[in-house]
Amino acid sequence: MTDRKSRLHTPLSRRSILKGSLASTTALGAFALTGGGPLHFVRNAWAEEQPIGNFPAKTSGSSITLGFNVPQTGAYADEGADELRAYQLAVKHLNGEGDGGMLNTMAPKALKGNGILGKKVEFVTGDTQTKSDAARASAKRMIEKDGAIMVTGGSSSGVAVAVQSLCQEMGIIFMCGLTHSNDTTGKDRRRYGFRHFFDAYMSGEALAPVLAEQYGKDRVAYHLTADYTWGWTQEESIKNATEALGWKTAAAVRTPLGAGDFSQYITPVLNSGADVLILNHYGKDMVNSLTQAVQFGLRDKQANGKNFEVVVPLFSRLMAQGAGDAIKGILGTTNWHWSLTDDGSKAFVKSFGQEYGNPPSQAAQTCYVQTLLYANAVETAGTFYPPEVIKTLEGFEFDGMGNGPTLYRAEDHQCFKDVLVVRGKENPSNQFDLLEIVKIVPRADVTYDPNIPAFNPDGNAELGPYIPG
Amino acid sequence: MDALVLQLLNGLDKGGAYALIALGLTLVFGTLGVVNFAHGALFMLGAFCAVAVQQLLTLSAQVKDPSVTFFEAFKEVPYLEIWFGDAGTAIIAWSLPLSILIAIPVMLLIGWAMERGLIRFFYKRSHAEQILVTFGLAIVLQEIIRIWFGANPIPVAAPPIVSGSADIGDWLGLGPGVVYPWWRLIYFLFSAIILAAVFGFLQFTTYGMVVRAGMRDRDTVGLLGINIQRRFTAVFGIAAVVAGLAGLMYTPIVPPNYSIGMDFLVLSFVVVVVGGMGSLGGAVVAGFLLGILQSFASMNEVKAIFPGIDQIIIYLVAVIILLVRPRGLMGRAGVMES
Amino acid sequence: MERTSASRDLILMVVFTAAVLSMPIWLAPIGAGYPDLLQKFAIFGIFAIGFNILFGLTGYLSFGHAAFLGVGSYTAVWTFKLVSMNILPAIIFSIILAGLFALAIGYVSLRRTGIYFSILTLAFAQMAYNLAYSVLTPITNGETGLRVLRDDPRILDRVLGIEPGDVLPTPELFGLRTIGYEGFYICAVFLIIAFFIALKITRSPFGLALRGIKSNQSRMNYAGFNTRPYTLAAFVISGMFAGLAGALMAVTDPLAGAERMQWTASGEIVLMTILGGAGTLIGPILGAGIIKYSENIFSAFNEQNLHQAFSFLPDPVQDAAVSIASMFVGEGWHLTLGIIFMLIVIFLPGGVMEGFGRIVKWTRKPPAPRATQEVRTAG
Repeated sequence: MTDRKSRLHTPLSRRSILKGSLASTTALGAFALTGGGPLHFVRNAWAEEQPIGNFPAKTSGSSITLGFNVPQTGAYADEGADELRAYQLAVKHLNGEGDGGMLNTMAPKALKGNGILGKKVEFVTGDTQTKSDAARASAKRMIEKDGAIMVTGGSSSGVAVAVQSLCQEMGIIFMCGLTHSNDTTGKDRRRYGFRHFFDAYMSGEALAPVLAEQYGKDRVAYHLTADYTWGWTQEESIKNATEALGWKTAAAVRTPLGAGDFSQYITPVLNSGADVLILNHYGKDMVNSLTQAVQFGLRDKQANGKNFEVVVPLFSRLMAQGAGDAIKGILGTTNWHWSLTDDGSKAFVKSFGQEYGNPPSQAAQTCYVQTLLYANAVETAGTFYPPEVIKTLEGFEFDGMGNGPTLYRAEDHQCFKDVLVVRGKENPSNQFDLLEIVKIVPRADVTYDPNIPAFNPDGNAELGPYIPG
Repeated sequence: MDALVLQLLNGLDKGGAYALIALGLTLVFGTLGVVNFAHGALFMLGAFCAVAVQQLLTLSAQVKDPSVTFFEAFKEVPYLEIWFGDAGTAIIAWSLPLSILIAIPVMLLIGWAMERGLIRFFYKRSHAEQILVTFGLAIVLQEIIRIWFGANPIPVAAPPIVSGSADIGDWLGLGPGVVYPWWRLIYFLFSAIILAAVFGFLQFTTYGMVVRAGMRDRDTVGLLGINIQRRFTAVFGIAAVVAGLAGLMYTPIVPPNYSIGMDFLVLSFVVVVVGGMGSLGGAVVAGFLLGILQSFASMNEVKAIFPGIDQIIIYLVAVIILLVRPRGLMGRAGVMES
Repeated sequence: MERTSASRDLILMVVFTAAVLSMPIWLAPIGAGYPDLLQKFAIFGIFAIGFNILFGLTGYLSFGHAAFLGVGSYTAVWTFKLVSMNILPAIIFSIILAGLFALAIGYVSLRRTGIYFSILTLAFAQMAYNLAYSVLTPITNGETGLRVLRDDPRILDRVLGIEPGDVLPTPELFGLRTIGYEGFYICAVFLIIAFFIALKITRSPFGLALRGIKSNQSRMNYAGFNTRPYTLAAFVISGMFAGLAGALMAVTDPLAGAERMQWTASGEIVLMTILGGAGTLIGPILGAGIIKYSENIFSAFNEQNLHQAFSFLPDPVQDAAVSIASMFVGEGWHLTLGIIFMLIVIFLPGGVMEGFGRIVKWTRKPPAPRATQEVRTAG
């Protein structure tokens, strides 16, 4: 109880000691009985490095704990399961077990394959249930009870944004897993949150030119959108990018997350005058809405004298597997695909495939890379002290991790790298060969100013302080 | 016009499922006087009969996949295909209709076990305790399914011959290009047939007549020397089969997961109450009514006037009906009011 | 008689207060002595006490109480955003608004009884939940949940000259932080107050009238006793307790999400109350504690822990034991909950408190009438 108490009190000033003793006075009986008084605050006081979050209480032993917070149930559970596999593999590699995966290709690299700063890496897991409340509760449990020094995970931007702001308050670094909403590094960006995955704006910038080239500039789109932060920003981004090229938008309809049966939302598309359906759905929602759209004859339909088309701006191989034949010929974007042939991707696919018998999904790749990046930043900084680790990650330029040269931008903690435009493959050569890469859009084409309206709508987005209040 | 027709069909599908569950709930309540919160779990168990049969038929051998070169990968090839070739593939494709044959006895057995093993001890206890114990049972059943089948929805395929869409535009004179998925049409027809069969059974057979008489006045029927209890247990079995088949046939529309029963149960309870506790006709009417209203409420024209109406229509209608008609559409006085 | 009962209540209050305040000590050995879980014990304890005032005393089974919890949370976060980061205004507004909501919903729902009442409350709560998720997004921030931002107006704080620094403000009580153990003690104080109010209500003529409604409402109506104002008052009070619980959830973690309004959350509070013992004073709090404890502790078990727990067994037996036990912990803890719950309803309809009562009876072999009396009133 004593050490827990001390790590919950963060900035060590005269005032906080006063506050602390005030708290202890309220807690009179409890403290008197355990023998811990307010004095113990002084015990851990370091000259420059103040206690933040679980530092240094949980980083002084021979091992450290990472918290993996992924959806094990709900609409994004498949992605969550793959993320967990990637995390476990990353822990193995960090501890010097297995073939090392991307540790062999990452550059620059400070990691030595002996844990992080020589401490063995252990982990705890939590189920976000794809719900913000549950995700925060499980993140809190991992931080307070299990002493996690870093939390990572995702597969829903709503969850990522909620957990990220919790981590900011608690002084725990949060390495986002799969989260694609502009808000994660836009209006809800946080000093303690980092995103390697790309975002909806990049998808729009990368995808729209390909759409115009393939389907023409004279199109009318109908959006079905998952009703939460990711869906909204993706709808906005795709709408802006396509309208800039001459498309019109007939309607944009919000659907509840995890609806299952989308028939009542698909039926109105038929008579709307639209000739393209854009599905801003992900995971099982996308699998259901796409197969139902196909069942309702949308892909065999003619509208405005053109073939009706369906577009899924963000999809992955796991979803293609779930959607089966329905995904063939559908255009979208993805963060990474296992068929890439750079050294980093090859090393990761080999190591993941041998371990689990499946190639990794894009969710697995981003989570694996995030874990390595955090570990590497600690190793480079030479300390677990969060502000130092954050400063090391900010502006970090690296390569050899599957996406080509990548920058962790300091201004918004967003990674910038190439974006893949993909299409559901018509004739797969094997069970995993479900996507073909149509175009690799270079990093320069998807780079934007951190304060454009899509990312800073009210002009007040900011990362916040290095030392949380 | 065709948009209205399609939304009507969507509503009939949903309404069919609601009506089938609500009918079973009402039957159980009318005969045994028990409020069964585990009825949604029966819907879910039926759906998982389909899943189980499909998984059984696609039991697979791990065959090395030579087309994957970057690591050692294995493909799952069903034994049926290895042993019987194309015939095996055809059997797998028809697993859903086959599972009906399995599901009927299985659901009867589950219903019987549930009634004899638990429900009968609760005839005389308060409705609140009935709700709570069956709620507990529902949790247990769905957790067992979760342990066995995992938390994620498992897609079940309809037979290939009906996995496409029907050209209803041609049939109804709405012009070409208006299509509706075959399986959804089948689901509506199926629910209509089951409903007709249950009503026919109660209305036109002696057995059914005795059951109806028992629902009215259990004691008098008992005095006539008829073992009404056994018939009521049989009715519970029938209700279980109806709910199970409703769930089983629903699998190609929405892939089932362990909690699908709870999702339907809450709505079905609203349906039963809107129809009026104890009224079989009320349950069916309310089921279709709410299904269709829910569909129409999702139309963009309606949502433009009442934003968010598609999210709350069922509950809103329930509140209005209960305030205007205290015992729902066709309920009797004094039933479940204390 | 009157006097002894009053002094007994005093003892009950003192013991209860001591037990609650020392929770971090006596719960630590069973792994529950960390702030997040302790806060939950207190918050759901308050929620359950309030629910029990309606369900336990009057017998009206509401399936929509989570809506009031949600209203409380949203109000609290909005107060943090608009008025002050001090938790007192947030808590006061939350209780008032939740009370008003309860008044409106209760006024309509209480026109029906039995299952019709249950379905009406369920319908209202589900409407609130679905709207919070969709068209009310500007108020609730939908799926992400409503959060406090650094540059929110916070009028009262501005007036008092508390300027926003460059850090995200956190809720506070005159300088005292509301997370960690401080947060628990704040919740604990409210739990003790809530318990005291519930005790007073139960012992009052009003409480007696409510119990009369439970045992036979129509007889009371025939006797010319208008029960509606009583049930409505009970409904509103329990809604205000739920609002307080919701506000405390926002105090200890300033985020309000729509999930806490879903019908499963309403169902959970019913489970807590029954599990502990509906109609008793301590029971619902025990029920809340047992369920939250199981949720946090059982669900965190994994195969690793189990292998450690069964490490004294030889290997093959150990594997079997682990695979059986893992069905009931971790993700499977709901199965454990369902089974325990069924057993309680079947064999102990009075919940854990009835179990205690039976044990007390059994240990005092010659059943002294006063002993049983004590259990009933004190519990």
